[in-house]
Amino acid sequence: MTAHSITVTVNGKREYLTIPSHMTLLRMLREKLGLTGTKNGCEAGECGACTVLVDGEPVNSCMMLAVEADNREVTTIEGMTDDEGGLTRLQQAFAEHNAVQCGFCTPGMLASARALLDRNPHPSEGEIREALVGNLCRCTGYLRIIKAVQAAAEKGEA
Amino acid sequence: MLARPGLPSFDYIRASTAQEVVRLLKEHGEGARLMMGGTDLLVRMRQGDVRPKIVVDVKHLPGMSEILYEEGAGLTIGAAATMNQVAKHPAVRAHYPLLAEAANSVASYQVRNRATVGGNLCNASPCADTTPAILALEGRLVLYGPNGERELPAKEFFLGPGQTALQPGEFLTAMRFPQLPSGSAGKYLKLGRSKAGDLSLVGVAIFGFPDETTSSGYRFRIVLGSVAPVVLRALEAEQVLASQPPGDETFALAAQRAMEAATPIDDVRGSAVYQKAMVRTLTLRGLRDVWEQLAGRKE
Ligand SMILES: Cc1cc2nc3c(=O)[nH]c(=O)nc-3n(C[C@H](O)[C@H](O)[C@H](O)COP(=O)(O)OP(=O)(O)OC[C@H]3O[C@@H](n4cnc5c(N)ncnc54)[C@H](O)[C@@H]3O)c2cc1C
Repeated sequence: MTAHSITVTVNGKREYLTIPSHMTLLRMLREKLGLTGTKNGCEAGECGACTVLVDGEPVNSCMMLAVEADNREVTTIEGMTDDEGGLTRLQQAFAEHNAVQCGFCTPGMLASARALLDRNPHPSEGEIREALVGNLCRCTGYLRIIKAVQAAAEKGEA
Repeated sequence: MLARPGLPSFDYIRASTAQEVVRLLKEHGEGARLMMGGTDLLVRMRQGDVRPKIVVDVKHLPGMSEILYEEGAGLTIGAAATMNQVAKHPAVRAHYPLLAEAANSVASYQVRNRATVGGNLCNASPCADTTPAILALEGRLVLYGPNGERELPAKEFFLGPGQTALQPGEFLTAMRFPQLPSGSAGKYLKLGRSKAGDLSLVGVAIFGFPDETTSSGYRFRIVLGSVAPVVLRALEAEQVLASQPPGDETFALAAQRAMEAATPIDDVRGSAVYQKAMVRTLTLRGLRDVWEQLAGRKE
């Protein structure tokens, strides 16, 4: 079994890690770095709970090998803060609109929603729904989540 | 869904030349699997369907993710270009919108950041969403193997569910598309259990263009996904459209012929009867849409 030495920037911090070939990015984040904000839901690319940003783009971290993250930049929920380390407008909007119930889907939702607002600062409701299709929520319901993203977009900043 | 066990162990190799890939495939045979986005492969490995000793990442080979368009020569898409890269590419959107539409219909945004068009083809699933568009546009596949490079019409690539014309040691490096006839139009219609994010229950790609050599003055290509062991061209329906004047009556007859060509089976996502009926509905809808585009373009 090959071990790989990789350099990966996670939430702005450079990490030097030795990982086996079959370790996913999800397991690397949770088990090697203790970043348990990223959730393991289905491990099949369906639920989106493990969504993180790689070089600013959302991916299912359960469907990417850790070794593929060599020399890339990964942002997890732990690294999604405003300049002072507080909540972003998007996160505030989630709180204000009660878009969080059990919270399991929230880190992935926020990754997808943030990437949406980065590429399209003023999405229509249809575009928000389409962008969140890969993030399943089983308790809050999608309406509040969509409202929160709309509200954040209206305030003009992710 | 319960969390699954982790991936079984294997050795990951990031290939940097095509020759290296061929060598690894020859050396390890069945024990080696190629990977691009991994969105099919990793799922199948977790399920235990395939147990490779080595996984060869081929997406970093030179040119493998490139998208090149040249007026006259047409379009070349590297096998490892992702669905999102293809769907967003200005030349693809401008000149091959049918392909952009098909790529954009796959899975979710985050899966499309990893899933590649080449992987979609090599997986050879009858419900692969980009295959109907690729057949409708008469794409060609570039394969590299022990004897160097060869090109194959896409329609000769698919032999059965999960089966392709790839020879031992051979792999896909690119897809090529001819310059499309001027004034052409296309449409991909996908029916899943939800509006987006689901595998297709029926997929219909329609492509049409003016053609003086047919008696109707037009030629249409109709390709059906998910309703037969391989993605299927509805040639009899196409024949109707080549010989009879375009219009609702002709479209209805062509849609009927397309339905007759489909041989779906009952499965958990839908019955055969339903899928057949939906082939007719989607074909009719698609023909009307493409016809509207063609008529609009003529004026
Ligand atoms: C949640 C989810 C939803 C999905 N939804 C859809 C959908 O709506 N529509 C759809 O069509 N598909 C869907 N898929 C399937 C999958 O995402 C696509 O088929 C995708 O395009 C595969 O591309 P990939 O790069 O990930 O392939 P990989 O998994 O990397 O490879 C696919 C297969 O091809 C082989 N291979 C890889 N590269 C090469 C090469 N260069 N030459 C020869 N063989 C090669 C691999 O060994 C493997 O067998 C879904 C998958 C998931 C997980």
